[in-house]
Amino acid sequence: MTTSPGDNHDHGVDPVTGTTTTGHVWDGIRELNTPLPRWWLWTFYVTVVWSVAYWIVYPAWPLATGYTGGLFGWRSREAVVSDLDALKVQRAGFGGKLAATPLEEVAKDEQLFAFARAQGKAAFGDNCAPCHGAGGGGAKGFPNLNDDDWLWGGKLEDIQTTIRHGIRWTADDKTRIGNMPAFGRDGVLKRAEVNAVASYVRTLSGLSPTTGVDPALGAKVYGDNCAACHGDKGEGKLELGAPNLSDQVWLYGSDAASIADGVWNGRGQAMPAWAGRLDETTIKALSVYVHSLGGGTK
Amino acid sequence: MAHTIQLKRMTTSEMGLAIFAALFSLFALVVAAKAETSGYAFHAAIFTLASAASVFAIANRYFNRPAALPPQEVDGRPNYNFGPVKFATIASVIWGIAGFAVGVVIALQLAWPGLNLDLPWTSFGRLRPLHTSAVIFAFGGNVLIATSFYVVQRTSRVRLAGDLAPWFVVLGYNLFIVIAGTGYMLGITQGKEYAEPEWYADLFLTIVWVVYFLVFLATIIKRKEPHIYVANWFYMAFIVTIAVLHLGNNATIPVSVFSPKSYIVWAGVQDAMVQWWYGHNAVGFFLTAGFLAIMYYFIPKRANRPVYSYRLSIIHFWALIFLYIWAGPHHLHYTALPDWAQTLGMTFSVMLWMPSWGGMINGLMTLSGAWDKLRTDPVLRMMVVSVAFYGMSTFEGPLMSVKAVNSLSHYTDWTIGHVHSGALGWVGYVSFGAIYCLVPWLWNRREMYSLRLINWHFWISTLGIVLYITAMWVSGILQGLMWRAYTTLGFLEYSFIETVEAMHPFYVIRALGGLLFLGGALIMAWNVWRTIAGAGEPASKMGAIPALVPAE
Repeated sequence: MTTSPGDNHDHGVDPVTGTTTTGHVWDGIRELNTPLPRWWLWTFYVTVVWSVAYWIVYPAWPLATGYTGGLFGWRSREAVVSDLDALKVQRAGFGGKLAATPLEEVAKDEQLFAFARAQGKAAFGDNCAPCHGAGGGGAKGFPNLNDDDWLWGGKLEDIQTTIRHGIRWTADDKTRIGNMPAFGRDGVLKRAEVNAVASYVRTLSGLSPTTGVDPALGAKVYGDNCAACHGDKGEGKLELGAPNLSDQVWLYGSDAASIADGVWNGRGQAMPAWAGRLDETTIKALSVYVHSLGGGTK
Repeated sequence: MAHTIQLKRMTTSEMGLAIFAALFSLFALVVAAKAETSGYAFHAAIFTLASAASVFAIANRYFNRPAALPPQEVDGRPNYNFGPVKFATIASVIWGIAGFAVGVVIALQLAWPGLNLDLPWTSFGRLRPLHTSAVIFAFGGNVLIATSFYVVQRTSRVRLAGDLAPWFVVLGYNLFIVIAGTGYMLGITQGKEYAEPEWYADLFLTIVWVVYFLVFLATIIKRKEPHIYVANWFYMAFIVTIAVLHLGNNATIPVSVFSPKSYIVWAGVQDAMVQWWYGHNAVGFFLTAGFLAIMYYFIPKRANRPVYSYRLSIIHFWALIFLYIWAGPHHLHYTALPDWAQTLGMTFSVMLWMPSWGGMINGLMTLSGAWDKLRTDPVLRMMVVSVAFYGMSTFEGPLMSVKAVNSLSHYTDWTIGHVHSGALGWVGYVSFGAIYCLVPWLWNRREMYSLRLINWHFWISTLGIVLYITAMWVSGILQGLMWRAYTTLGFLEYSFIETVEAMHPFYVIRALGGLLFLGGALIMAWNVWRTIAGAGEPASKMGAIPALVPAE
């Protein structure tokens, strides 16, 4: 491969393709005089023509004080509005009907009830599922919504209040407040007393007591410190969000260590207030949906 | 050889740069002492040390060099300056592996989020820009600097312009990479995608880039060839446009010289538009024009065939340059961006299809008469497959810019798949091909240490790319369809978390694909290392490459 300047403008023919070269050589590289591929050029023209046509039909070029609006005056904003109108038609007015119907009345209209549940399910998936699980099954510290064991009440109105104002959500004035104190950490009870009452609490739901603790001490500590909120027999109190301790449903676990941990450090899981974040109709739909999951009470 | 006695003197540039670096070192030390955050103090300390080291390096070079600077020609042949090319070539291999490895880590984090180790430095939000910058700017940038400095010399038949300047470009650029990368891990970012480094890193890069531009331009101006080779047009377009984009998108006002924080002058939707004017043209001029330049030199050179069509190269070059710059708004379809801007972004993207394919045609058709070489030469095969991926992703791009398609593809993994078919297939493969050509040429070997290993690299990484992009196509389209699935009553069928759950198997496949691609690059690194160490045959009778010339 020679690159001497003398043969730079030799328009020689490439023996392989039979095409002439431009005569330029750079570091041994030559260029063929191949014309533009026809299909390439015509496809390019087609894309240009299509683009010009598109500019005529749709908003396209900026002008001094505005822009070319296009033949039919299409605007994305108006397209969204008409989509939303179409949605209203698709929902056959159920959206407005749900907004106008009192919460307690929704279930009386079978179609409206189905609509509310559908809307509630969609809203639940994006707002509630991260903590309560996709099916409302709950997790440790996050209540199961499928059962009839309610912390703050399972009536439609109770559920709606909980969703609207949250639990221990201090930014909301009407939030539900009720704290399990940290009996151990705050020095109210000693370690032996905490262990004894944890054992006693287990016996309230028929579980076996822990060995090596004083049963009488557990009962006494319970009566002095716990019964006011959780009830004499551990039946709980909905107004205070105090869980029922005599059933088989445990938010944080039924083993003595978990119970003792709650007594020692207290519990205070928060739930956000959704009023303001979700509109009232969505909250209504969510209330109906959660109520219908299996445990709603009258 | 008899030398006439010449008095050894420091050149003006040696003296000037040493004094400037010494002063800058002191300045950076003051900034380090008064810096408002520890991360910024760390960066100022790096600048202090780097400036001090360059004073030392300049003095050291002065004491060790002969009185005369390297001549422009030796025995009538250009005395090419390959030192900075060698440095950037090795840097690209190292940064490539680092960038691919971080990519594998974040791909695994997406499949198993616990792998973020719950530490701020290793969280996805910080490692993701580390990955993108490492592969685009550290790996790709070093490949571009190495090849551009090589190609411009060979096709202009002159030594690279400047004495210290080429080294300043290469070392300065890599210092910028270190500042940018460590900054991400320390949480220093201006939050602009692909332009995350803060104002001081941007300013430094601006200086480096202007010097890069001047070195390249001065070399072209003093060329010994009557015409400028097509690869150099593309390099020039890349260097100039990236400078303009960088300045426009990083127009920020720093809070203080002692603070890493700055505020952008653009606001709201204008900021978004400037960001994607930058972002899309970083793809257009960094990852397309720059790498087309590589293709235009290395494919004809390796295939030993003339470029298919000179006319096509001219037409598609100018068409590409004029149309690309308009296409940015397609990143902002269905947003607050005005409808007219969205229309222009979409239509210019569609018109860009053929100009992009002009490069593909010229790359592929250059092989006419040399197709048989694909059977025996894995390096050429790699570059040809790269052009095929280029053709595929430059068809997919205009397709995805059409609003109707974009309404399905936007925000989904389809975009990630599209980017990676371009990044792994096109940019990666044409770079690997260029590295496999350059290393034996630069270190004066007949060939790479092992062609077998190049074959392994090719097949392992091809499998990786195929797994990667098919996983992302399926996952992206599935994701888009799940997001737009409605019940008969017009409510969303799936909650967001359900769509995330559905992605999991594809994320695992994607991570596996990335791992294979990384494995291929490690094979390449070993091969490059063995070649440089001299394990292969030395080049004895290579006509295309002149006998050993002093490199520095």
